[in-house]
Amino acid sequence: MSKWVVDAENITKVYQMGEVEVHALRGISVKIAPGEVVAIMGPSGSGKSTLMNIMGCLDRPTSGEYSLNGESVANLSDDQLAEIRNRGVGFVFQSFNLLPRATALANVELPMRYAELNGRNRKEVSRQALEAVGLGDRIRHRPNELSGGEMQRVAIARALVNDPAIIMADEPTGNLDSKAGDEIMKLLRTLNEERGTTLIVVTHDPEIASLTDRIISLRDGRIKEDN
Amino acid sequence: MNLGASLLEALESLSSNKVRTALTMLGIIIGVGAVIAMLAIGTGTKQAIVGEIEGIGTNLLFVATNYEDVTNPEPLTIRDAEALNDPVFAPSVAAAAPIVQGQAELTYASNGTTASLVGVTEDYSRVQTIELSEGEFFSSTQVNGLASAAILGTNVAEDLFERSEGLVGETVRVNGQPFRVVGILKKEGGSDFGSSTDDQILVPLTTAQARLLPRREHNQVDLIYVSAIDSDSVKSAEDEISLILRDRHNLKLAEDDFIILTQELFLDFASTVTGVFTIFLGGVAGISLLVGGIGIMNIMLVSVTERTKEIGLRKAVGAKKRDILTQFLIESSLLSVIGGAVGIVLGWILSLGVGRIAASSDFLLNPAITLNAVLLATLFSAAVGLFFGIYPANRAAQLEPIEALRSE
Ligand SMILES: Nc1ncnc2c1ncn2[C@@H]1O[C@H](COP(=O)(O)OP(=O)(O)OP(=O)(O)O)[C@@H](O)[C@H]1O
Ligand SMILES: [Mg+2]
Repeated sequence: MSKWVVDAENITKVYQMGEVEVHALRGISVKIAPGEVVAIMGPSGSGKSTLMNIMGCLDRPTSGEYSLNGESVANLSDDQLAEIRNRGVGFVFQSFNLLPRATALANVELPMRYAELNGRNRKEVSRQALEAVGLGDRIRHRPNELSGGEMQRVAIARALVNDPAIIMADEPTGNLDSKAGDEIMKLLRTLNEERGTTLIVVTHDPEIASLTDRIISLRDGRIKEDN
Repeated sequence: MNLGASLLEALESLSSNKVRTALTMLGIIIGVGAVIAMLAIGTGTKQAIVGEIEGIGTNLLFVATNYEDVTNPEPLTIRDAEALNDPVFAPSVAAAAPIVQGQAELTYASNGTTASLVGVTEDYSRVQTIELSEGEFFSSTQVNGLASAAILGTNVAEDLFERSEGLVGETVRVNGQPFRVVGILKKEGGSDFGSSTDDQILVPLTTAQARLLPRREHNQVDLIYVSAIDSDSVKSAEDEISLILRDRHNLKLAEDDFIILTQELFLDFASTVTGVFTIFLGGVAGISLLVGGIGIMNIMLVSVTERTKEIGLRKAVGAKKRDILTQFLIESSLLSVIGGAVGIVLGWILSLGVGRIAASSDFLLNPAITLNAVLLATLFSAAVGLFFGIYPANRAAQLEPIEALRSE
């Protein structure tokens, strides 16, 4: 294991909107150690999601150096990035992003299917992941038969099923009430403590941020504060 | 991602919108059904025609005057036919029977009809299967003696006498001249094309030449039927006929003023014609299959658009381009292959129906579904699914993960 899970060096991201260039990130350098729990905060449009997508290898920086688990992503193909996301990153989204027709179990299984893991193992591992998020009795439910909090738990089970080094959650509590949001945060913290999974949470909510160890504040694509 | 799981997932996805899936398949079902039915009908027609041609006998050759290519051909005569019957110069010829043919007005009492008149010699029964329900075929005495004798087909007999039995000895008028009925031809039944012997009246060749169908030259005949001693001798018979006639017509270097037609020639011609016919039918049906394919492409594009977010999620959790590509290709192929299978059944039912209709109008057609046609349709529909699926699937595979995730 390398010293840093996340190692970003002077990252910029520029979106070309026709004639106009949108500078979403203007030179961000950040290092995150294994097992850290980090919140990314900042006003809307400050570049939080953009930064997280780059850290999760969903997107590439316009310039700068980025390494995930010590592996530089600069020269990797789309499919190689997909493999890195599959093995190394678990995503949790604000809008859950579950497959609507699939059961909780099938949803959790999805990353393993792209990892080409053996079928019987997959079911067992998925079931265990659902148990770990407290949904052992909901494995046959489909998303429309689950509450928002439960759906987010399924998403968390899906994120951790390939045992990634890092879980990235973009406003995971944004669509939940404060009680359900609290529970989700507690769950994420527990996973961090039990498994040592690095956790990065994008949030607007100071309450949520207070449950983390380190807060990175962004403004206009730059780091304003990091402590 | 393993294939079994992908298939299952594709089936699930297709069954989640059953009406749309069914409608999309309908295009392929109709296309494949049409291809199968049309090919079956084409093949059936070919078999019917080939059967008919083979029915005239594999040994048979026809010799006719070549009016097409030669300006002043010497007509064929009875003497030519006699020369062809010479076993020394034409060892491959079993029999040569000259005929003249035309139309004649027949009357009996107040009944009248028009029939096709064939003037024949006693050898005619050696080149054609002649079966009489009563009476006897012409003898050489009758032919040489210009006898006023006639053999009637059953339809002709029915038209004149309102029966087709017990007619030997009756007298009919042919173009006003009295002829004695000496025989009745057995009923042949429906013929697929050309005329049936049921509508014929046979008279001695000499009589016809002299009194009914006068030709420009004395002894002139319209056609000589030649049968070869066996089917392997058709080619040598053809050569012998050609030699003898060229010599008799004194052609030296000039072009043949006669033509020799063999069954093979007819078969070649018929299979060319029916082949073109089949390809044409299949092609028209193929177009509807193509339209079905475009339907698949259309619906797959809609499906990709609808599922952009799902595609983004799959990519986020590690799906590679290839995974997304196969997912959509499997769906489009399933659409077309299942549609194709149903279409084969539909085509089979259709061609059975056409066969029934044809049978009820006396046209003997057995639509034949060949294994080739089924394989062709299966392959073609799978190919249609793949081909028209590639564009939408590729579009899905090329989506950028975040862009896709961000879409609503
Ligand atoms: N695909 C894109 N094309 C053009 N501009 C973009 C694109 N994605 C983001 N941006 C711009 O980049 C900037 C940063 O966006 P980002 O989504 O990272 O903000 P954010 O901090 O996550 O905001 P929020 O809290 O509202 O989610 C914004 O100004 C946004 O308009
Ligand atoms: Mg955001």
